[in-house]
Amino acid sequence: MTSNTATAPDIKAKKRSARPSAFKLLARNQLALMGAAILALVIALVLITPILPLPDPDVTDPAQRLLPPFSEGHFLGTDHLGRDLLSRLLWGTRVSLAVGISASLVAALFGSTIGIVSGYFGGRTDNIMMRGIDMLMAFPYILLALAIVAALGPGLMNALYAIAVVNIPFFARNIRGVTVGIAHREFVDAAKLSGKGHIRILVTEILPNVMPVIVITISTTVGWMILETAGLSFLGLGAQPPQADLGSMLGEGRKLITTAQHLSAIPGAMIFILVMSINLLGDGIRDVLDPRLKSGALARPAPLTKIDRSDEGTGHPVADDTVLAVDELRTEFVLGDDIYKAVGGVSFSVGKNECVGLVGESGSGKSVTALSLLGLVASPPGTIAGGRVMFDGKDVFDMSERQVRDIRGGKAAYVFQDPLSTLHPLFSIGDQLVEAIRAHNAMSYKDAWAKAVKLLGMVRIPNPERRAENYPHQLSGGMRQRVGIAMALANEPQLIIADEPTTALDVTVQAQILKLMNNLRTDHGTSVLFITHDFGVVSEICDRVAVMYAGRIVEMGTTEQVLGHPAHPYTKRLIDCVPRLGEPDRRTAAIPGLPPAVNNLPAGCAFADRCERAEDKCRVGEISFDDLGNGHGVRCIKPMEAANV
Amino acid sequence: MHVYILRRLILMVPVLLGLTVIVFLIMSMIPGDPALAILGSYATPDNVEKLRADLGLDKTMVEQYWIWLTNMLQGDFGRSYSLNRPVLDEILERFGATLILAGTSLVLCTIFGLLTGVISAVRQYGWADKALTFAVLIGISVPSFWLGLLLMMFFAVELRWLPVSGMYAIYGGGDLPDLIRHLILPSVTLAVVATGIIARLTRSNMLEVLRQDFIRTARAKGLDENRVIYRHAFKAALVNVIPVIGVQAGFVLGGAVYIETVFQWPGIGRMLVNAISTRDILLVQGGVVLVAGSYVLFNLFADVLQHLLDPRVKA
Repeated sequence: MTSNTATAPDIKAKKRSARPSAFKLLARNQLALMGAAILALVIALVLITPILPLPDPDVTDPAQRLLPPFSEGHFLGTDHLGRDLLSRLLWGTRVSLAVGISASLVAALFGSTIGIVSGYFGGRTDNIMMRGIDMLMAFPYILLALAIVAALGPGLMNALYAIAVVNIPFFARNIRGVTVGIAHREFVDAAKLSGKGHIRILVTEILPNVMPVIVITISTTVGWMILETAGLSFLGLGAQPPQADLGSMLGEGRKLITTAQHLSAIPGAMIFILVMSINLLGDGIRDVLDPRLKSGALARPAPLTKIDRSDEGTGHPVADDTVLAVDELRTEFVLGDDIYKAVGGVSFSVGKNECVGLVGESGSGKSVTALSLLGLVASPPGTIAGGRVMFDGKDVFDMSERQVRDIRGGKAAYVFQDPLSTLHPLFSIGDQLVEAIRAHNAMSYKDAWAKAVKLLGMVRIPNPERRAENYPHQLSGGMRQRVGIAMALANEPQLIIADEPTTALDVTVQAQILKLMNNLRTDHGTSVLFITHDFGVVSEICDRVAVMYAGRIVEMGTTEQVLGHPAHPYTKRLIDCVPRLGEPDRRTAAIPGLPPAVNNLPAGCAFADRCERAEDKCRVGEISFDDLGNGHGVRCIKPMEAANV
Repeated sequence: MHVYILRRLILMVPVLLGLTVIVFLIMSMIPGDPALAILGSYATPDNVEKLRADLGLDKTMVEQYWIWLTNMLQGDFGRSYSLNRPVLDEILERFGATLILAGTSLVLCTIFGLLTGVISAVRQYGWADKALTFAVLIGISVPSFWLGLLLMMFFAVELRWLPVSGMYAIYGGGDLPDLIRHLILPSVTLAVVATGIIARLTRSNMLEVLRQDFIRTARAKGLDENRVIYRHAFKAALVNVIPVIGVQAGFVLGGAVYIETVFQWPGIGRMLVNAISTRDILLVQGGVVLVAGSYVLFNLFADVLQHLLDPRVKA
């Protein structure tokens, strides 16, 4: 969750601004539209029922009793008293709809009033009202309605009241929740200060803001209410003869189920059609008005990022002592008609026992680069659009899911940024370590547990036997990150990909974690790819460093080269942002402007608009990545200084 | 853990008390004089007065409530005038049948709801997901009493595979296989709506969980996809679905009223409908208190289960 927003912040912002109007969204939802059409048809039919040339629904004709459907003069046949079924069906639908909608409105009126008053005044008023609502909700739904009908006596109006009462809690709770959220907002305070009374504020300030929620709740409950009032009538507790609604028709039909099935099949089908069309429409309305609930519409990320490559990089041979070689990697996010080029052609390599830093602002594409290496970018919407990642001499993007899985957590392991969200909250850390170990080693649970405890000790977690039993939420941030590192070490990897492993931690803990990682490197000969935005961290741990901007590497070299003699204006500005101990007067100037959106990159240098040295030729064509000698390279036509270190 | 259960048990007391207050208040809304209603229009004023005293109607509301409550706590739910037997005997007998029906349905809707939701989420936007989503939509829109009739017509009347109604065959029945044969149609019908609701919620929760960072971690560990989905994602989603299963117990217990009527199941729901028609108020009162009370207990059970699965939920 957190990293999704961190890696693609502009994607989200864009999506919100491009959101079409509520009406358009609803019109785009075909199912909702179908529901609306059916519902409109039924409502139109029952509205014109009085003027249709139909027989009186209550006139009996014993000679014509129990005619099957499609009989002459009786399109849907007749019932046991010879009454025309089509006429009764339409009149019954009228009653059912009217009762269902009225019950909804009554429940909405009382429920919303309780909710608004409770949420607005809060305190004791809120407490008492909500305890009362909780009491009502302690009853099984229909049972409370039955008790009310039992007291008031059977009848359609009583059924209406009963169904309305049992639905009041849904409205009260939903509307209270929203009201609490806005009761202390600025515009309400302003209204109070301007001397408006409580009632005026409730009506003019609060009500318009909770209206959408009231509409959502009505649209999701009205189907139920029609169903439940029909149910009470079916039981003989609602509409009483000769008055008929769909439920009582079905109840009567049931008695003749073996001889005349159409008497129960037809009214039942009508209830079904009504409720289904209302539910379809209600779901559509809810999705449009309440985007929170729309999460179900999100796509499920595949186990492996989608690979749709237009090229396979430069194909330069990979040196023998190289663990990881990234060659013109391009990763894109496709959202609607926009393509976000999060990683736009990145090449670098990590040698044996080497630590390479990947540095950049958030949104520069460094995390997406890291996740792309083993196909962990969420897809959809992510796609590997080009390039190669050579790990251990083989192209990761040519491998099967199975082969990639063997590398993940085996020869190459990740350490993520925020261990509270990246560790599973419901498994003990020991269990999670055991799982990591056993994914790559055939080992008994007991042996794996012993190894897990050993790993926890290795990352200096005190009392590892007991800590293994703990759940992530019981550990401190620093401890959790140690667990994350222990998990990465589980199978003695050749390469650790650490994605901002120290960012969420305070400085002392950060120093401990860095020391730990440095020790592991010297003890185990592991290579590390270290993603960070912090040059201070880079100088402590990295041999070489690559600086990323807008999805591309703009400068790369040894740590001394890049930090001591930055060649790219962006690198220079970034280093200047870092405050230095003992130099309180030094200006830590922020870089003016924002990085460009990766769905709309300018021609030429992406940094040109923020660069004080920019010239016209910086804004044309592709800026090449030039070697300044000694492995120090820069993507700039006017490098800061002739770097000759 | 024990502390948590104890706390929840203590917290349950005010809820149960409030529940009895609501039932009492609803029943006191009854228009007219119950004594007159019982005795009919030929009663002499003396008789009415005597019955009113017998029923405690000459006392204040608070006194009446207190007497009713204390009697109930001692197992005295009063006497059903239409059945002429103690209310408690009748409701306990009926409640057993309802528990068999509702319990079976709850098991069915939990299994099939979770299964449908998970399959739907895993096959998101595939044909299986579309078919299941549509089936779920039908499931939550269909009137259960109508569905019951349709199933009865088809499987019992037309195909004669299953018995039409009742709990046991009248002749030669009474054993477990006989009960199961009678149980299939009503329990399936009763489970349909709840299955749909659980399935919907499971699907959206699974999809939400599958986007969480800890799922990416599970994949980064090199776990195979089945383990990621069925162990890591499902457990996290289940924790959110369990409270809803608790709520479904209420829908199933309430829905039993319809299904018992359709299938002539000798449970408490059908008894309530009959008691309402005969205006046997004591029977209604007792039945409602018993069913609502057991629902509260079941929700407690669901909370404890969630607490067991989720170490983050604090007492």
